[in-house]
Amino acid sequence: MSTVISVSKLRKSYGETTAVDGLDLAIEQGEIFALLGPNGAGKTTTVEILEGFRDRDSGDVRVLDFDPATKGHAGQRWRDRIGIVLQSTQDAGDLTVFESVSHFARYYENPKDPREVIELVGLTEKSDALGRTLSGGQRRRLDVALGIIGSPELIFLDEPTTGFDPEARRAFWSLIRTLRDEGATILLTTHYLDEAEALADRVAVINRGKIIEVSTPDQLGGRATSLATVSWRDGTELRSEKSANPTALVKTLAEQFGGEVPELNVKRASLEDIYLEMIGGTHE
Amino acid sequence: MSKPTALSIGLQRGRLEIKQFIRQRESVVFTMLFPLILLAIFGSVFSNSIAKGVTFSQYFVAGMIASGMVNTGFQQLAIMIPMERDFGTLKRLRGTPMPASSYFIGKAILVTISMVIQVFLLIAAGVLFFGVHLPKTADKWLLLTALLILGSACSTVLGIAFSNVPKSGRGASAVVSPVVIVLQFFSGVFFVFTQLPHWMQQVAAIFPLKWMTQGARSVFLPDSFATREVAGNWETGRTFAIITAWLVFGLIWAIRSFKWERD
Repeated sequence: MSTVISVSKLRKSYGETTAVDGLDLAIEQGEIFALLGPNGAGKTTTVEILEGFRDRDSGDVRVLDFDPATKGHAGQRWRDRIGIVLQSTQDAGDLTVFESVSHFARYYENPKDPREVIELVGLTEKSDALGRTLSGGQRRRLDVALGIIGSPELIFLDEPTTGFDPEARRAFWSLIRTLRDEGATILLTTHYLDEAEALADRVAVINRGKIIEVSTPDQLGGRATSLATVSWRDGTELRSEKSANPTALVKTLAEQFGGEVPELNVKRASLEDIYLEMIGGTHE
Repeated sequence: MSKPTALSIGLQRGRLEIKQFIRQRESVVFTMLFPLILLAIFGSVFSNSIAKGVTFSQYFVAGMIASGMVNTGFQQLAIMIPMERDFGTLKRLRGTPMPASSYFIGKAILVTISMVIQVFLLIAAGVLFFGVHLPKTADKWLLLTALLILGSACSTVLGIAFSNVPKSGRGASAVVSPVVIVLQFFSGVFFVFTQLPHWMQQVAAIFPLKWMTQGARSVFLPDSFATREVAGNWETGRTFAIITAWLVFGLIWAIRSFKWERD
């Protein structure tokens, strides 16, 4: 396995405001890596530096063994190997899906077949529809089609499923997994923790311009070993207890109640609980 | 697959730009029909002659052809590019290996095609409905061709440069259109230039539209009219020099200021 993205001591300020404050990151080939963090945490700035849209103040950045801040012809060759799916765009409304995708294919040295890509994102029936007639979810899938047409080794996905209905999200997730299975590395930023949990091989939590933790979704914040909360009704009172051995506790309760425990609930911390605790938010 | 070149991608972009232009009916009407409507109004209202053998329509068609270069280049691009910037079109392109020059080649193709159609429509309407006389000698047509090429190039780079001035795509039209309209009034498009106040002539002489207009008159008006110009002759050399200077200035401005993203 080789490292696709490596970042060390990255810094970026806008005037008085420090957006990225000494950030370190390493993303390996072939993984889906999710970057989580609240608004203003430095997520967008970090990703835009990696995409070559923004210059950094200091630190080392390598993306596919290339410094994204490099200008000119070399940068162009590097862009041939990456795919960027930006946040909501509404351009090319007067072109059909096929026209847009096949035109973008011309920018790359080794493009995929436009019809195959349209099929892959599930827009075959909309091939001849104008961009402006697409629904939000279809529009987003067109964005992805344009991002992957050049057979990228690395794909940036910025909040890809905002505004999707549950079914569309699941279809989209399986598309992302397909891309990963074809060998691409994927850097995903998202606000949805269930999305990170379902998709990501590893997640990083970023806050105040720094990475707080990098882990697999089920290990983040000591989640796997965290205490479970067991709650039940005892007469009129709703009781709950945190326990490292919830099974034993439930067994004791079952004996105590002589069968069914009223309103029994055993709950482990969700990724969201852990995440909110890490960024210092409160769970409502 | 062989590596695509900036030129081949630029030609493809030109095709795409024209396709999109034709599909936006409002823009077709606005850029193509509006000058014809103006011609119809001015040609009908001012049916008098301004000199022996020169009708106002003849004078006005020359001015509108010069304006056509400004409308299809400067005005069209300075309104369109800020909208593309707002829509994320430019940022998306920046994230691909498309060479920046291809984008500008595409825009230049769009301007060229729309300018040629515009000029053709103006001349055709002028001849058919307002008794406009066409130049009779080859050197006049050659002069017109040179003027259209240089003038359009100048208008295109200034439009690209000026696209950074409007703060948003939504407001671009409100910023750009008044600039064009005021320049048209000052430059002798709607009125006979020599009848404008002296200060207005002085201001107009700084900007290229005045020179494009004068150049178009030197093509469409009889040479006897040259004595009625401010300098007493067509000033063809100075016309080309000033438009070239603006072309160079616009090029430097555009290269230095062009942004692919809204700040």
